[in-house]
Amino acid sequence: MSDDFFQGYKGDALEVLKKFNTRVWGQAVIDTTRGKFNGTILPRAENDDDKHIVLKIPTGYNVGIDIKTITEMKETGYKKASYKIPEKAFPYTPGLPGVKLFGTGGTIASRLDYRTGAVIPAFSPGELYGAVPELADICNLETEKVFAVFSENMGPEQYKKLAKAIGKEIKEGIDGIVIGHGTDTLHHTGAVLTFMVQNTPVPIVLVGSQRSSDRPSSDAALNLMHAMYTAGHSDIAEVMVCMFGPTSDEFGLLHKGTRVRKMHSSYRSTFRTIGDMPLARVTRKEIIPIKKRYNQRRKDRNVKILPFFSDEVTMLYYYPGMKPDALDLLVEAGYRGVVIVGTGLGHVNKELYPAIERAHAKGVHMYMTLQTIWGYVHMFVYDTGRDMMAKGIIPAGNMLPEVAFIKLGWVLGQTDDPEEVKKLMLTPINDEITPREPYNGYLVYQGGIPEVEDFIRRVHK
Amino acid sequence: MLFSLLLILMKKRFEPKENYLETKKKIGYVPRKESTQATYDRIGFKSGLEVHQQLKTDEKLFCHCPSGIYNESDDYDAELIRHMRPTLSELGEYDGTALMEFKTRKEIVYRIKNETTCTYEIDDTPPFPIDRKALGIAIEISLLSKLNIVGEVHITRKQYLDGSIPTGFQRTAIIGVEGEIPLKRKNIRLIQLSIEEDSCREISDIGHVRTFKTDRLGIPLIETVTYPDCINPDEVKEACNYIRFLNRSTGKVKTGMGSGRQDVNVSCRGGTRVEIKGVAHTRLIPELTHNECFRQWALLSIREELKKRVKDISKWSICHKKLNYYNFNFRYTPVTEAWKKQYKIIAVNLPEFKDILSHFTQPGKIFADEISNRLMVIACLDKPNMTHSEEFKSVISLKDMEKIRKILKAKDNDAQVIFWGPEDDIKTALETIEERCRMAFEGVPNETRKSFKDGTTIFKRVLPGADRMYPDTDSVPIPLEDEYIEQLGQNLPKEVIDMYHQLKKWNVPEDTYTFIFKKNHFPLIDRIIKELKIDPRFVGTFFGHHLKFVEGHHIPAAEFKYSIIHAMFKFLKEKDLDLELAKKILPVIYEYPKIDFESVLTVIKYKKNSKEEIFSHIPFLKNKFRENRKSAIKKDENDWIMGELRPIAIGNLPLKELYVAVNKMK
Repeated sequence: MSDDFFQGYKGDALEVLKKFNTRVWGQAVIDTTRGKFNGTILPRAENDDDKHIVLKIPTGYNVGIDIKTITEMKETGYKKASYKIPEKAFPYTPGLPGVKLFGTGGTIASRLDYRTGAVIPAFSPGELYGAVPELADICNLETEKVFAVFSENMGPEQYKKLAKAIGKEIKEGIDGIVIGHGTDTLHHTGAVLTFMVQNTPVPIVLVGSQRSSDRPSSDAALNLMHAMYTAGHSDIAEVMVCMFGPTSDEFGLLHKGTRVRKMHSSYRSTFRTIGDMPLARVTRKEIIPIKKRYNQRRKDRNVKILPFFSDEVTMLYYYPGMKPDALDLLVEAGYRGVVIVGTGLGHVNKELYPAIERAHAKGVHMYMTLQTIWGYVHMFVYDTGRDMMAKGIIPAGNMLPEVAFIKLGWVLGQTDDPEEVKKLMLTPINDEITPREPYNGYLVYQGGIPEVEDFIRRVHK
Repeated sequence: MLFSLLLILMKKRFEPKENYLETKKKIGYVPRKESTQATYDRIGFKSGLEVHQQLKTDEKLFCHCPSGIYNESDDYDAELIRHMRPTLSELGEYDGTALMEFKTRKEIVYRIKNETTCTYEIDDTPPFPIDRKALGIAIEISLLSKLNIVGEVHITRKQYLDGSIPTGFQRTAIIGVEGEIPLKRKNIRLIQLSIEEDSCREISDIGHVRTFKTDRLGIPLIETVTYPDCINPDEVKEACNYIRFLNRSTGKVKTGMGSGRQDVNVSCRGGTRVEIKGVAHTRLIPELTHNECFRQWALLSIREELKKRVKDISKWSICHKKLNYYNFNFRYTPVTEAWKKQYKIIAVNLPEFKDILSHFTQPGKIFADEISNRLMVIACLDKPNMTHSEEFKSVISLKDMEKIRKILKAKDNDAQVIFWGPEDDIKTALETIEERCRMAFEGVPNETRKSFKDGTTIFKRVLPGADRMYPDTDSVPIPLEDEYIEQLGQNLPKEVIDMYHQLKKWNVPEDTYTFIFKKNHFPLIDRIIKELKIDPRFVGTFFGHHLKFVEGHHIPAAEFKYSIIHAMFKFLKEKDLDLELAKKILPVIYEYPKIDFESVLTVIKYKKNSKEEIFSHIPFLKNKFRENRKSAIKKDENDWIMGELRPIAIGNLPLKELYVAVNKMK
């Protein structure tokens, strides 16, 4: 209980609070060698030092007081704050589609965490409605918190759990599914759900936000509206990632779960379809198709759930001068599948060949993908490529490295037979390998070129 | 009979203009020039300041963009769009302003220029560590302001939903609390000093689109906040000047247009704190604070009147009707234009509001203006957006007005507002009208107001409270060690109040002080006086009058460094030349800062003459004057001779001495 009184304080700072009989959330007057301060004592983030006490002064600002300077401290009142988004029951509107929102964590809804001083995910339909009331005009929403982890902590267990939950919901007749998810590994989950939830009759939309919803300019609300609209009203029955198209608050893009990648650490428009065009654009009112062919929404409920995943798969990002032990150690550690991320058209140096041979002999499945992100693995162009194929490395076409990793994990969760694995890996389920790359599948405009600058000036970025 | 009845009716007809004048008299409005402390004591004038000052750094506060490069509004590389949505404060509350701004549903457009804007400003990258130079300057100024320096700087987010910052909040941090500045007659207490990032500059705000440019965004800024200790408008100005001079005394702040701005908080007895935002010049402060205090006094008078008329406020409500354009004979252009744009025209009845709409609020302003301005800001209806039953000059015919009253089932004591706007905005507009009228029953609404040069203000937004603060989860606290603060404290400039007393002691005329403090010339003046042993009054006046004049009338060809003035006096001293010569030299060296002093002497046609030589001309000139004399007055004679001799005398002997000699000679 006493922990609660001194939330986050430790060491010397904790001693000072105890000495003067003051608590977190207590209003205090503090005399210091630098003068008098007064305000409410706030919890302290766990990773911050034990030399300061945090105070919210009457004007609303926070300041830190150096405990060395404190001569006297007196608690004059006590008022604990509770951070809560106003919760309102989500209204039911006849005629609107039913959408299920699965919560997994991430910044789509979040609140302050005094433990770390950072933002932690918060999730409830009532809270969401309180924060984004416009959602009620789009669909009838149900929510379910499947688990709460940061995006980077998602893994095989979460993937399987999520796939099963989706399968159950589809069977029960939902019109669309939205998954709130942290953005860091959104595209991994996009890929894994494409493989685990096959032949879906309804849209399955993954959504996140690049700016936490505790800030006024957050993309969370608009992303959520776009995702809900897609899930409820679009006829694209695929696993999709729905995030900002431009960095402006204008429209979202629907990306295939297998072809999408996070391309910037912090931009709102970070998700891009690689080597192809996105499926469609989405606004709050309409879906504007880009691709002509996609899997259409159906009335039946014949979804196939394949919740398999092996955690004995790894990735090896090649660098010049890589020594053979880099691969040997992985094999020794028991990994059965290795996705190599090679240079150029799919290369590693000759020094690695003996290690590749050893791994192949041990039955390790090795697939080649590219550091260039765009383009196909072409191992026939140079001798080195042919050598590697002879030694057991299989080129993975234009499969994105992360997607190849996810797919190999999913495949090895089902079989260990090399031929079966190869067949599953190279037979696309939904465009993870495409037969062709359209000319506009690779567009990274270079700033400074007059035509580009002119374009950027005219089009909202 | 009929005629006399008509006459009575006409006499009794309500005259809004008269009502305006009567109510102005009733509340006891006095123009500022005629006001005394007794005037301000009567209405309980109270005012405090928030003084903003940009700091002189190379880079912006939280990113590495250059600080202080500005661009024209149509010179931009890209545009992007954001919408702002209110979020909760740290203590779990929504802020009032936040909700209002959300109601306005503005689309915010940012025009960015690559040179001055990176992904940080547009909120696509988290902040970089705070600029340490800026932090150091802010601490120095806090020390000068006698503030208690915090032990640890916590970056806080202060919500701004008007779009002036693309993140929707300003990153800001307290450096010190509880300080004090001395004025001539009293001390003004300081609440706090914070360091923050400057905001965007607004380009336009039309309907639902507000456009900003991001060049200024992120420039390091400090804000000094005082307690409401000022009890008359002149004190507010004095306090503001003091803070600005104190900031400038460090020599580490930006000067020039827009580098210093202030918000002024005003209330009257029984009123509310109202913030007048972005006052561009200190000289505007007295008129603005004076009028705002009386505006509040007027609103309190309105409240009393309404209270008398309406017993149960909870039962008071407005009613409205959509007007069919064709049933009326509207001639007023804004209405006919509105109709062409397919706007809706709505009539609103305000029960018991007769002679309230035309009640005095500010010079030339009436209560109806308060409604109109809120319609513009909150409901996004561009002005002119309404008319009403108490216009000084009605824009709607009597017949139409009668019809409207009938439709609204208005009673004699009611007032009517007719407004127009796009259908989507009508609901918010009606809520806005009702809300503002309801506030009239309570007195003075909490507002931020925008100032005009004529001393009046208009509604800008609801005054935000402490609820809009949120810790910045992207930054870590910065500890401020004792040693660091001591080190910064070692090189502080002399305090402004000490400089003031020193100038007084030197007998430097007071009309020079503003210029001297504004330009931070005191250290140089002090150096010239001490090192060159020149009469302080002469040096002070030289700066405050002559330098000021030269700066206003000449343009330097290269950068003019003020230290040249020191060198000039040194040169005159060494050459044993009379110091009066400085006045002739200054315009030349100001225009051509690279010229050497010997050459200046040639340019101004200076010749070395002995005293005796100059005096020897006096008898000749006396005779000359008397030959052609037009005046028998001795002073005229002296003045003429002085005029003739001044050019050769300057630099060779003090003019006073010459005058004595001229006057003495018969």
